[in-house]
Amino acid sequence: MIVLMQNQELPKLDELYKEIILEHYREPCGKVPLEHVDYEAEGMNPLCGDEVKLSLQLKDKTIEKIHIEGHGCSISVASGSMLASILKGKSINEAKQLSLFLKDMMHGKVDKNEKDIGDLEALEGVKKFPVRIKCALLPWTTFEEALAGHEHVEIS
Amino acid sequence: MFDLNRIRKDFEILNRKIWDGKPLVYLDNAATTQKPDVVISALTKYYKEYNANIHRGAHKLAEEATIAYEAVRDKVKKFISAIDEEVIFTRNTTESINLLAYSLGELLVNEGDEILLSEMEHHSNIIPWFLLRERKKCKIIFAPINENYELDYEKLEKLITKKTKIISITHKSNVLGTVNDIKRIANLAKTNGSIFIVDAAQSVPHMKVNYKELGCDFLVFSAHKMCGPTGVGVLVGSKELLFKIPPFLGGGEMIKKVTFDGFTPNDIPWKFEAGTPNIADVIAFGAALDYLEKIGLENIYKHELELTEYALEKLKQFDFLKIYNPVIALSPLQAPRNDNYSGAGIITFSNPVVHPHDIATIIDQYGVAIRAGHHCAQPLMKKLGVSATARASFYFYNTKAEIDIFAHALKKAFDYFEVGACKELKLKGRSNDSPNAKPGAAKIR
Repeated sequence: MIVLMQNQELPKLDELYKEIILEHYREPCGKVPLEHVDYEAEGMNPLCGDEVKLSLQLKDKTIEKIHIEGHGCSISVASGSMLASILKGKSINEAKQLSLFLKDMMHGKVDKNEKDIGDLEALEGVKKFPVRIKCALLPWTTFEEALAGHEHVEIS
Repeated sequence: MFDLNRIRKDFEILNRKIWDGKPLVYLDNAATTQKPDVVISALTKYYKEYNANIHRGAHKLAEEATIAYEAVRDKVKKFISAIDEEVIFTRNTTESINLLAYSLGELLVNEGDEILLSEMEHHSNIIPWFLLRERKKCKIIFAPINENYELDYEKLEKLITKKTKIISITHKSNVLGTVNDIKRIANLAKTNGSIFIVDAAQSVPHMKVNYKELGCDFLVFSAHKMCGPTGVGVLVGSKELLFKIPPFLGGGEMIKKVTFDGFTPNDIPWKFEAGTPNIADVIAFGAALDYLEKIGLENIYKHELELTEYALEKLKQFDFLKIYNPVIALSPLQAPRNDNYSGAGIITFSNPVVHPHDIATIIDQYGVAIRAGHHCAQPLMKKLGVSATARASFYFYNTKAEIDIFAHALKKAFDYFEVGACKELKLKGRSNDSPNAKPGAAKIR
């Protein structure tokens, strides 16, 4: 028998739109143009049209600067802004690990407290709004694609 | 008589409660409509009482199923006032257009030929032609829309040339709600000798469409947008052309004779219905057509028009909203045009501060279902200068009380992002596409 997910508890909007998320949405980081672009990728969510273009400037396997542009909802813009600020100064390996951790967190595989992830903690609330998980992960998937040297990524 | 209370009782899903017990307010009817009980019981009746493959088998069940399936072709014809035309069942509007792009394209289109579309087309009426372009090296031309979100007919006329083999244009835009003047384009197509296809996915469910009067060569639409099941599309067109063009998909049912050397295609319409079709769904679609006829397309249109006008009036309180529907639709009752049919039932909007996704998420908390995104019309979104919009779309079972809930929920969404406090942003002409868009002081509770 099919069990419908009816009459579930109403997920609280404040869990999705945490103050820190709205702050990042209001004034996103990662807007300063780079001196040189080492890797770059464009990502889009074909279902809703959210688009992001992400460029990386590296120095000795460390991420020196990130530039991010595009258009999207508050969740996708905030997530991209957090990415730009948190990955600055991180090594490529650290960055990859953080990206993996965030994905696992969104899919409920790890708890946010297992790692010090700063502002990214705020994205945990998106879990309760499954259709929005893609919005939160779009910048991160695009980041991974940039590292992989791919030019384009579409999440489905 | 149009009895809304009685109509709503026909749809069990309209009793559905969302989240903590809020009534469902379903305003995503341009995506798909709900199904009345008669349609659902037609489906189960087929499976419970006369499930059999059609056109084969000499047994009683096969006979009953075949008769029921074939009878729906006549219902379709009657529904759209077609007489001599053939009705082909596909999976959806998209497949109907793919069939035409492939089969018409094979017969008619050569290198350098042109296919004329419009800027307000759904991806389903763009991609099949791009695919044809890859095979045939033809050109795809887009007729522009004007500032009032209507086709620019003068420019369209100039784009029709001797090279224009096919014109394929939507009857009613799934984003703008604009109803195009099909008769006018049909005349141009006929004079020029171009084949004219009309994507009627958004029109046939909502207004009386008369195939004969439209004057097109092919009309395509989907059952699921008009109370029918998913998985059934319709292609209506001239027998002569369908006879000439090659088959689309190969397999069972579409052949008359097969040898080790080749095959002879079946007669139309079966030539285009390869494999076992969606028998149950086609039969249930017949029930949907009967149901809609009973309510009356004129009544449906009138009710949607009233709802649209009521909703637009309600939305006036949000003066920061940009609405992407023809001005004529903003006062449809005062300014009837195009056979009184223009722009009813669809309201598409956006604003500089709250992204459509955020609007949709917030109003979902109030049980209100709308669509946010590009509505499978990315080129049109680009033309409009946005990447996404929000769309509320109505059907005959929606009520003014539901519009009130919708407006209330929207208010909550705008309050949440304190949109009212950000009017200065609107004055600066910011779009929600700007990555730097500042939503003002976001309210945290």
